[in-house]
Amino acid sequence: MNEDIKTFTISIYTENNIGLLNRISAIFQRRHINIESLTTSQSEIEGVNRFVIVVNITEEQAKKIVGQFEKQIEVIRAFYHTDEETIYQESCMFKIKSNLLFEEPQIQNIIKESNTRIVTVNKEFFVLEKSGRRNEIESLRRDLNVFGIMQFVRSGRIAVTKDEMKVTEMLLAFNNQ
Amino acid sequence: MNTQTAKKTKEVINKTERITGSEAIIKCLIAEGVDILYGYPGGAIMPVYDELYKYQDKIHHVLTRHEQGATHAAQGYARISGKVGVAMATSGPGATNLVTGIADAQIDSTPMVCITGQVFSHLLGSDAFQETDIVGISTPVTKWNHQVTKASEIPEVLAKAFYIAKSGRPGPVLIDITKDAQVSELDFEYKKCTGIRSYIPVPKTNPDKVKAAAELINSAKKPMIVWGQGVILGQAENELKAVIEKAGIPSAWTILGASAIPTSHPLNIGMVGMHGNYAPNKLTNECDVLIAIGMRFDDRVTGSLNTYAKQAKIIHFDIDPAEIDKNVKTDVAVIGDSKDSLAKLLPLLKETSHDSWLKEFKDLYAIEFEKVIKDDITPTKEGLTMGEVIRQINIETKGNAAIVSDVGQHQMIACRYADFNITKSNITSGGLGTMGFALPAAIGAKMAAPEREVVAIIGDGGYQMTIQELGTIFQQKVPVKIVVLNNEFLGMVRQWQQLFFDKRYASTEMTNPNFVAIAEGYYIKARKVVKREELAEAVKEMIASKDSYFLEVCVEKEGNVFPMIPSGASVSDVRLS
Ligand SMILES: Cc1ncc(C[n+]2csc(CCOP(=O)(O)OP(=O)(O)O)c2C)c(N)n1
Repeated sequence: MNEDIKTFTISIYTENNIGLLNRISAIFQRRHINIESLTTSQSEIEGVNRFVIVVNITEEQAKKIVGQFEKQIEVIRAFYHTDEETIYQESCMFKIKSNLLFEEPQIQNIIKESNTRIVTVNKEFFVLEKSGRRNEIESLRRDLNVFGIMQFVRSGRIAVTKDEMKVTEMLLAFNNQ
Repeated sequence: MNTQTAKKTKEVINKTERITGSEAIIKCLIAEGVDILYGYPGGAIMPVYDELYKYQDKIHHVLTRHEQGATHAAQGYARISGKVGVAMATSGPGATNLVTGIADAQIDSTPMVCITGQVFSHLLGSDAFQETDIVGISTPVTKWNHQVTKASEIPEVLAKAFYIAKSGRPGPVLIDITKDAQVSELDFEYKKCTGIRSYIPVPKTNPDKVKAAAELINSAKKPMIVWGQGVILGQAENELKAVIEKAGIPSAWTILGASAIPTSHPLNIGMVGMHGNYAPNKLTNECDVLIAIGMRFDDRVTGSLNTYAKQAKIIHFDIDPAEIDKNVKTDVAVIGDSKDSLAKLLPLLKETSHDSWLKEFKDLYAIEFEKVIKDDITPTKEGLTMGEVIRQINIETKGNAAIVSDVGQHQMIACRYADFNITKSNITSGGLGTMGFALPAAIGAKMAAPEREVVAIIGDGGYQMTIQELGTIFQQKVPVKIVVLNNEFLGMVRQWQQLFFDKRYASTEMTNPNFVAIAEGYYIKARKVVKREELAEAVKEMIASKDSYFLEVCVEKEGNVFPMIPSGASVSDVRLS
């Protein structure tokens, strides 16, 4: 197995239970694995949550840690994927002073060229939103930084896999027991 | 909690009735077949104790002298019987005192349910008196844990708790129940849990993998088995014996696997690991196929992984997929229940014997016997040895006792030299190495199996970590036999200081109290042996005693346990001196 450190997206399908986040983060902590980002939401299956966690580790580590997740009672299935095996996005928001929108015509060009969306504009500030790869978001931030940013926030990665996720199978098998 | 995610038995054990949460807890325990539980009361669990008082003819609560003792007693109960051990405590300090035992049960896969009281739910998060986040604290050391804040949740959560604790690879479960959930009412009906959709306790054995394993075994010239506690937990002792005998495979055990196959079995070649036997350690690096069954390649078993069985093909039987390739890369992994997997393996095996290979083990044993064992168990030098005490116990119990050992040199000596005729007879803290385990664990073991002779072997250090449980033994009249092997040192640490720290005995020497007087203070029959001539008779008297008995044996102060694989060394670098 490849011993190089790579970016892996770990997907964990779970029951929706208090305390599970604690259990999952403890598994990373014990192994000194730094979480690059963590997102949790409803999954495609009713009542089933999905964690999407990005970490930089070796494939060997990824395999073992997924085994540890699957061992948890309320984890339905866990998977790891490389960037090549996933379609992934992050999203970000910028809050910027409104006067700049009119005083700095450059900003309007940046917004147009980067496919950034204007969420709201009022007298004091306007808010931009963009989804994309990390490098796109970073370059947008660099471009806007020149003019001054009041607030910036970037979400964790969300990702879907190119392959099918075999989660429903396990749930169906349980129902048909 | 989500009700669609767990399956329950159809039959209703109790018709619906309106009762309090605390009464429901007791009824759940009874429905799960709990006859004995261990615990300690306090404010947040008092309503449950009030119900225990009312139900005392149906369920026996044992007041230990410390909550840690309650967990170890529950573990001893579970380890000898295979049933779920139950411990109970109040919130705050009561709950945190359980943590060592829970961690011990987690790493040694012991089925245990711990019930803790918690402050009223409206006080949660307010730093209320004796509030502690025991669910948060116990998360990394439990198989599952859950906080109950509503009485109506109690039956379902406790049903899940027992199911999770005992199914698949067993482990500890902690259920924290707020006081308002204990005192408010619910419509009680109990249905046992039979499945949870996110949890596969026993993965199905893949017949192709069994076939691949059989082919490797059948073509092996020098096969070797190392079995672990998975054989005992899976009740696969007979299947293992049949496999070993049919394929003629020399078989060794990990510390927690001890007793699954009798010590006297001709193919039983002894213990592997840091203080295991010479032959199986050395020949781990000579075998051509290594068959690991229900064990997890702990570092105390493997020594340096870089030099562990590199020449061998590795077959790993385990119920827990996360154990496969965790420490040692396998060539064939058979995931599933050990009983089932071994039963499927048996008909595929060729009937063989490996006489010259087995002789290699016997030859190395002869060397170990000459250099180590002889002087350990039949010493001629002055000063009693731990080994000769174990030998006397073997003689008096004919190898039929359950040996409950603590942690240290005496533990290694007990595991090395005790004769085991009966399975589930080696009760010791393996993975966590918890000093203080043995005395309370022996209580639980004896109460679960009153017909068995239960002998606790403890060092003078570990004994003083849970010595207060003498009070439990006295009050409950538990006829356990307690042997303290007193070397006036924290012996195992002293041994390391001697070997690796130029004999700088930092804080390992102990000035001990009058142990006999302490035991007698608890009205326990007690005796101290300082001379070899007294030993046989004293052990005889102890074993013959109908009541609990305390025996202190003053052994040589600076005895060492050998063989030894220095930490980080290879199994084949096992030292005899
Ligand atoms: C709770 C706990 N604290 C510390 C240790 C570290 N430790 C391992 S063996 C040992 C010495 C045990 O001494 P004793 O109980 O007298 O037994 P002996 O080795 O002398 O037989 C110690 C301190 C431990 N295993 N458990």
